[in-house]
Amino acid sequence: MKAWTRKDLVALEDLSVDELVLLLDAAKAFKGVGERSLKKVPALRGKTLVNFFVEPSTRTRTSFELAAMRLSADVINITASASSLQKGETLKDTALNLQALRADMIVLRHSSAGASRFLADRLDSSIINAGDGAHEHPTQGLLDVFTIIEKRGTVRDLNIAIVGDILFSRVARSNIFALVKLGANVTLVGPTTLVPKAFEKLGVKVAHRIDDVLETTDVINLLRIQHERQRKEYFPGLGEYVSLFGLTKARAARLKPDCLIMHPGPINRGVEIDSEVADGAQSVILEQVTNGLAVRMAVLYLCAGGVGLSA
Amino acid sequence: MKTLCLTNGRIIDPANNRDEAADLWIRDGVIIEPPAKDALKGVKVEMIEAKGLIVAPGLIDMHVHFREPGQAHKETIGSGSRAAAAGGFTTVVCMPNTNPSADSAGTIALIREKAKATSIVNIFATGAITKGLKGEELAPYGAMVKAGIVALTDDGHCIQNHEVMRRAVEYARMFGLTVLDHCQDYSLVGNGVMHEGEWSLRLGLPGWPRTGEEMIVARNILLAELCDSPIHCQHISSGGSVGLIREAKARGVKISGEVCPHHIALTDDRLQGFDTNYKMNPPLRTERDIEKILGGLADGTLDILCSDHAPHASYEKEVELDQAPFGITGLETEFGLFCDILLHKKKVFTLSRLIEMLTIRPAKLLSLDRGTLSVGAPGDVTLLNPDLEWTFDKEKSASLSKNTPFHGTEMKGRAVRTIVGGETVWQLS
Repeated sequence: MKAWTRKDLVALEDLSVDELVLLLDAAKAFKGVGERSLKKVPALRGKTLVNFFVEPSTRTRTSFELAAMRLSADVINITASASSLQKGETLKDTALNLQALRADMIVLRHSSAGASRFLADRLDSSIINAGDGAHEHPTQGLLDVFTIIEKRGTVRDLNIAIVGDILFSRVARSNIFALVKLGANVTLVGPTTLVPKAFEKLGVKVAHRIDDVLETTDVINLLRIQHERQRKEYFPGLGEYVSLFGLTKARAARLKPDCLIMHPGPINRGVEIDSEVADGAQSVILEQVTNGLAVRMAVLYLCAGGVGLSA
Repeated sequence: MKTLCLTNGRIIDPANNRDEAADLWIRDGVIIEPPAKDALKGVKVEMIEAKGLIVAPGLIDMHVHFREPGQAHKETIGSGSRAAAAGGFTTVVCMPNTNPSADSAGTIALIREKAKATSIVNIFATGAITKGLKGEELAPYGAMVKAGIVALTDDGHCIQNHEVMRRAVEYARMFGLTVLDHCQDYSLVGNGVMHEGEWSLRLGLPGWPRTGEEMIVARNILLAELCDSPIHCQHISSGGSVGLIREAKARGVKISGEVCPHHIALTDDRLQGFDTNYKMNPPLRTERDIEKILGGLADGTLDILCSDHAPHASYEKEVELDQAPFGITGLETEFGLFCDILLHKKKVFTLSRLIEMLTIRPAKLLSLDRGTLSVGAPGDVTLLNPDLEWTFDKEKSASLSKNTPFHGTEMKGRAVRTIVGGETVWQLS
């Protein structure tokens, strides 16, 4: 198998099938580390990693922080509000300053699509995309795929439904790019305003009734539905959304018994998913979190120049 | 008394239906009849060899941004004029979205003075339709006409209130002024940064749908009809806009449209790398739109070509895509791209028609005394080599700004000499 040669992980859309498999195999190896009582390996000892979260996050940032620490890296966290961006410094200048401090890796979450690509093209440091606007969230896509493969052995030919606000979702996009490349049958489900037909050009199907997919899907991945000001033109309210697209207890009962229920978190109980369903036997939501850590360790390790691992 | 003769060239002067091998004579900056042999006894004549070249009226670009006053870090009237000359343009028309905006006689006068002092080509100014380009109150057209504007536009912005636009067009009619409109419906476009389509979905960027342009093109057609006064739709990007203009023109509505090179040279997939040199307003669209725009150029629905030369400093463009200002430079690649695509690659029309759309058509629309090689006309001439193959190098650009997607682009067709009022202001070295 070819070795990993990229210094950055910016987008799953850029990766070949071989590269995706390399990452997933490495994640499998690192999952073992989290099961031990001494959860540390020296792989990134002496390396400096900066979590540069211009768009705030607790879960993803904590996950990356833990991943880096378990690899023995030195970790710094920067948030936008506490940074020079508030003083009008450009992203490029801030990042050049971090590079001048010899940061080996920068994990970037930013509200502008393309921000990670922007830095990756300009810096020698490794850039890991932790979410760039609505574009991609590569490690989330990877951990979702990892979780499915762990449970079902493969994603090839599986029916996978992604439900919710697809238009504005980087989680959806990363999932779509990875799953389609690996041979899954992906159906996007949501209101016509948030799941336009043009998505079919990405190699997926589009549906506007959740009931259409319940009986046949092997995996159902629910996205958190947001209803801030900007979304008000897209659908009239959470009540209507829940009645049309919420995974209620009744709807969950119609799923195949081995269908996986997934959610990138944080979940809104009673909105996109019923409380009982989130805690039910088919839900792998918490396993996704655990897998996320393994995936991020793999990504950091490989992008820092670690040689490919065997499981 | 200075006498100039451009000899052995092929004169193409569409305004006078002329396409023939002939010499062109200029005296004291004005085009004259070829003098009789004995009238030249003892007269010193500057002979310019034009063998293998086209001798055309000086090219006109009616849509440029020269950023003075207020944004001289991007471009000055002087540097912009040098870029124009290097592109073969002897006349340009400047947009009013300067700082302050050109919405008063004082600012117009300032621009014209600056032009007189620093420009090597002819500069004409447009005045804002509304004060501060805010789309609310009419600017003083009468005063601005006295100060020398040739048209009205809020370019960069678009009046959203149709009543305001109606009154503006009606009031403009008194002065015989055409209103140029940047067609963008703000509510439909929102914070769109690229064409709404497959690629905006892939890249997770907010889309700028075609309908955002078409809605205002339709508005302008209806108002041009209501007010019986001409409205010109700038930088057409959508195939749908072409159809609307075609149908309206057939009914005799005083509507027109223009095309910029990037909208027929590039498509929205170029934004894959998030390179802000592909971010403009209106955005790059699809092959289907290009097809329809070419059809509109072929049948005369769209009869004006221009650049929308929009310089920005590199530190302004080198940011996250959604934060970057819209626009690219264009004067130096304009003729090359139009010639390459319209003449050579797509064979949309003849060289004569191409020159017509860069000379007499904009001159007529704005009532400029330019765009022809008639006897008595100003001695503005562009020598063109439509078969010259060249590559654009942005480092050699005369513009202060280098924001272009065409660095390294190979083109066939180039201006080789630019003459303003009988003086050579630029030539290919």
